[in-house]
Amino acid sequence: MADPIVSQPLRAVEVPSMWSGMMAIMKRDLKIAFRQRSDMVNPLFFFVMVIALFPLGIGPEPSTLQKIGPGVIWIAALLSTLLSVDSLFRQDFDDGSLELALLSPQPLFVLAFGKVIAHWLVTAIPLILVAPILSVMLYMDRDTVWVTLYSLLLGTPVLSMISAIGAALTVGLRKGGVLVAVIALPLYIPVLIFGTSAVEAAAMTLPYAGQLAYLAAFLVLALTFAPFAIGAALRISVTSQ
Amino acid sequence: MATALLQTVKLFCERDDRVLIRDLDFALQPGEVVQIEGPNGSGKTTLLRILCGLSDDFSGNILWQGAARRRVDSEFRRDTLYFGHLTGVKFSLSARENLRWILQLKGIPPHAPGLDDRIDQALSNVGLYSYEDVPVYSLSAGQKRRVALARLFVEPADLWVLDEPFTAIDRKGVTQLEGLIQAHAGRGGSVLITTHHALDLPTIRKLQLGLGRGTWQIQ
Repeated sequence: MADPIVSQPLRAVEVPSMWSGMMAIMKRDLKIAFRQRSDMVNPLFFFVMVIALFPLGIGPEPSTLQKIGPGVIWIAALLSTLLSVDSLFRQDFDDGSLELALLSPQPLFVLAFGKVIAHWLVTAIPLILVAPILSVMLYMDRDTVWVTLYSLLLGTPVLSMISAIGAALTVGLRKGGVLVAVIALPLYIPVLIFGTSAVEAAAMTLPYAGQLAYLAAFLVLALTFAPFAIGAALRISVTSQ
Repeated sequence: MATALLQTVKLFCERDDRVLIRDLDFALQPGEVVQIEGPNGSGKTTLLRILCGLSDDFSGNILWQGAARRRVDSEFRRDTLYFGHLTGVKFSLSARENLRWILQLKGIPPHAPGLDDRIDQALSNVGLYSYEDVPVYSLSAGQKRRVALARLFVEPADLWVLDEPFTAIDRKGVTQLEGLIQAHAGRGGSVLITTHHALDLPTIRKLQLGLGRGTWQIQ
């Protein structure tokens, strides 16, 4: 029998602040990500590899590469998001932390939001940071590189949010692999269209603010609604096993 | 009679066309320890998951302190501690980080006074003194369970829902846990527990499941 530690028991706050719950899960996930770096490095490596293979496969002609560059970068970003998203809730589901999250007084969408943000920070930010180097490899000029950066910065969080919905829905299945892609890909398409067309417009020195504004609108929409969908999907996945 | 902490009214649950629990009317009073018994596959874990809100696969009502549970969901979740087969312990974090995170999830502010001391104390109570900062993956199976069991020392909750808490725990640890459960009941807390181990507690009620066709019995 243990000695009573302190006479007064710890008390939880009556209504825990959502901000602290979100920060707590974000910090935990970032800590875990930095300890198991493969989750972080794999999508980045994939992104770099796909883009590096294009000039080899198609030929190093500047005019061709310039033309396909925006599409290549965007498709690579999209696929690498899809690649990394399967692990987003898998571990938490397998080790039971998702059950704890479901039983915590924090609303589930807050925790889901924190998780997706952390996931975006470790998988998409490195990708955005190397994108300018790869864009130069595809003969893009300086302005276009900047627009690529902006469009990825606005677009990748949307991709993360969308794929998180798919991942949350399929996390309870034994073999969810392809299903995430089937659920998420159709929803990716608007982001892909506006992302590439922003970069293409910039390459042709046309105004590109409209496309970026659309991406920003998608972002606002995704940040507002996706967490609720992710939370609800996670609840279904955990309670119906 | 005081309001029951947790009460079920005509709880019914079936799984794969097999009735596990039929019309369970059961009340858990404050300060009471109830052991749920039954052979493997009789629905013990299912019942616990239903009672703490991890499964919606049932009909009937569950009351928390006299009110429908879904109405007081946030209070219910704040005052309930669930310890399941999966412990929610992250292997790449240390024992201290794990406990800290689980408490934060429960709504305890990260800068609560004395939080670190309590966590360290709880970890040394479960025999993990000097293992606080070691990543959990390098601990033994029993020690991994103990990291999660340390929650019982720090996490504030009225109701403990413990699903096979003695798995991989040595004999001394079992005795300690029994003492802990008794102390919790002494403070007015309630415990729902499943175990195949004969509990050495003075006052304990038993809920027997798996008597065929969803029948049950309270002793």
